[in-house]
Amino acid sequence: MAKQPKPEELAKVDYTPPMTAWMDTPAVLKPGNFCNAAKEKSLQLLDMPNPRTWSAKDDDWKLPDNWKEIVLEGLRERLDKYRSLRVFMDICVRCGACADKCHFFIGTGDPKNMPVLRAELLRSIYRKEFTTAGKILGRFAGAREMSLDVLKEWWYYFFQCTECRRCSVFCPYGIDQAEITMVGRELLNLLGLNIDWIMGPASACYHKGNHLGLEPHTFKSSIEFFLDDIEEITGIRPEPTFNRKGAEILFVTPSGDVFADPGTYTCMGYLLLFHELGLDYTWSTYASEGGNFGFFTSMDVAQKLNYKIYAEAKRLGVKWILGGECGHMWRVLNQYMDTWNGPADFLEVPTSPITGTRFDAAKSTKMIHIAEFTADLMRHGKLKLDPSRNDNKILTWHDSCNTARGMGFFEEPRYVLKKVVNNFYEMPENTIREKTFCCGSGSGLNASENMDIRLKGGLPRANAVKYVNEKFGVNFVGNICAIDRAALTTSIDYWAPGVRVTGLHELVGNALVMEGEKKRTSDLRGEPLPGCEAEE
Amino acid sequence: MDYGRVSGSEPNCMELKRILLTKKAFILNRWFDVILEAYPSETSRFIQTQSDRFANPVGHSIRKGLEGLFDTLIDEKRSGEISGFLDDILRIRAIQEPVASRALSFIFDLKAVLRKSLEDELENDDGRLMQELSAVDSAVDEQALLGFDVYMKCREKVSELKSQEIRRNTFRLLQQARLVTDLTTLGGEES
Ligand code: SF4
Ligand code: SF4
Repeated sequence: MAKQPKPEELAKVDYTPPMTAWMDTPAVLKPGNFCNAAKEKSLQLLDMPNPRTWSAKDDDWKLPDNWKEIVLEGLRERLDKYRSLRVFMDICVRCGACADKCHFFIGTGDPKNMPVLRAELLRSIYRKEFTTAGKILGRFAGAREMSLDVLKEWWYYFFQCTECRRCSVFCPYGIDQAEITMVGRELLNLLGLNIDWIMGPASACYHKGNHLGLEPHTFKSSIEFFLDDIEEITGIRPEPTFNRKGAEILFVTPSGDVFADPGTYTCMGYLLLFHELGLDYTWSTYASEGGNFGFFTSMDVAQKLNYKIYAEAKRLGVKWILGGECGHMWRVLNQYMDTWNGPADFLEVPTSPITGTRFDAAKSTKMIHIAEFTADLMRHGKLKLDPSRNDNKILTWHDSCNTARGMGFFEEPRYVLKKVVNNFYEMPENTIREKTFCCGSGSGLNASENMDIRLKGGLPRANAVKYVNEKFGVNFVGNICAIDRAALTTSIDYWAPGVRVTGLHELVGNALVMEGEKKRTSDLRGEPLPGCEAEE
Repeated sequence: MDYGRVSGSEPNCMELKRILLTKKAFILNRWFDVILEAYPSETSRFIQTQSDRFANPVGHSIRKGLEGLFDTLIDEKRSGEISGFLDDILRIRAIQEPVASRALSFIFDLKAVLRKSLEDELENDDGRLMQELSAVDSAVDEQALLGFDVYMKCREKVSELKSQEIRRNTFRLLQQARLVTDLTTLGGEES
């Protein structure tokens, strides 16, 4: 029978992981829980080290002979470069507050997915190589030798962390596991150990401007393709421009909005809104990707991919940049773009041509997010809206990790959605805002071969969606992130079938009453509007 | 096919069911413990003690499912609900445990848990309780058979989700047909 603790033991349960036992449990790479290896060609295209054909399933990962030296030297460099990393390595008191806060731990039950243990994977090597206690006391000080098993364990578990930062909200010291994972992935990349789902899009983006590798004419015709649908639904045909010099605003959005349903409906929403405002803006077929899979590889690659946004703004001579609904794109733009590729002193502080509002928070980056742009329009009463067109939707809101927990976007999207939707219910308090649960597929982990781990990681989020679905009849979950739109669609179909996923500007596009539009009978998906079911 | 499921209206099972109902909490806790054995000890402690259903969806769903399965054994009029309760548990186990027999073994474990809970009664049994118990065993077997269906459906759903996702991600481009130049950057051919 079960060897469970007694009730009295349970009362003082302690999540502090054992100091060393986990070290004796090498990682077993289970199918469905890891991604395909990066292809030789993508590594070459980005000038990454050790390009070769390899597979995580093989014993031999085809590493250079001096791989250990490379990793340890890489770690030394990063400890010198990022003071935060050294602090994160030294300061953890193993209090366990973060242990049960990770969606991957909650969904898999694998202790190595406890954030504190995930950090220990790297910290144990740090102790051994860079601390006196670790050098002398070894395992007694929580230190261990770097080995091939350790390297494989890093690869498995650093690609089972979505860099969502939920754990850091609960850590009394603010230790940021996302940053530890980023460093772990950088070290792996020194040996050519990335995954195909990240390296493929990153190399495509470097050469063609977007993750799917769409060439300019394809990118342009993808957007033009929406115009037929829009015209059929609204009677209005927007006239977007591409690479237009002298436009006031450059608009950049994740390419997922252009090619992947349901992001495409959000893209139609942008087109409608900009048309109605008469906005002087242009798309770029070169800066045709707001997302940045380089960010899931290394800071260097992220910087390379990000470069084109300012470069294109400069070439086109725009005044400022407007970003579409994206999550990690927003973290990159806010936290890193200015340092990497700025200062963008050739641009002006973003100012809404419609309301006159100057977005001083973006004084330095010169780029704002469409959620704040639209919220400002609504606050000034500049849009005519009919929220009843969304009355067949009972909405809940998913705070995307990067925009919400990362960048503090809690109110703007809620302000907008309350103007365009009549039926809105929040999910429980400990699953939203800064405590929001990740979709389970962020940071480049939304491949298909790792579907099992994605669904496990997606359970806590979807579980809260299921709750509001059962309690309030919620049938749509909204968000402002392209990865969420793709990943939640899948995860929620598994855990809470019947609930669908929408972007914010899809809802705006539906509710927007436009000058000269025909009587609308269907929404942007081509589905009948409430009350028009019979007409369809 | 009839697997000899016990019928709630059969008077000969009433006595056993009455006893089991008085021991419901004990049985469910023991049964839950058995399931937890599949997890490492740090994890099972968490699943067992975190009572917030949003912080611990696995623990919450398993408890809910087990209670439902127990109730449907006692009240056979509720047999239509069995698949739903199995789903509560197996939707999770299907992605945590790739080996079906291991994911489903908990259902059979109930038999041992019931015997443990009936130790005293069975000692003084004149054979009647034992007979009633074997009818309950058959009902458990039937739940297990349904469990295989539920497990397989979940695994099929996982495969379906993979192909649907690929379709959603490329549909717009395929609509435009020959304009697509290089889809290999999508990755994912190796499996
Ligand atoms: S950053 Fe997110 S995914 Fe990574 S360990 Fe923390 S909670 Fe888990
Ligand atoms: S909460 Fe912070 S200090 Fe406590 S174990 Fe986690 S990382 Fe360490």
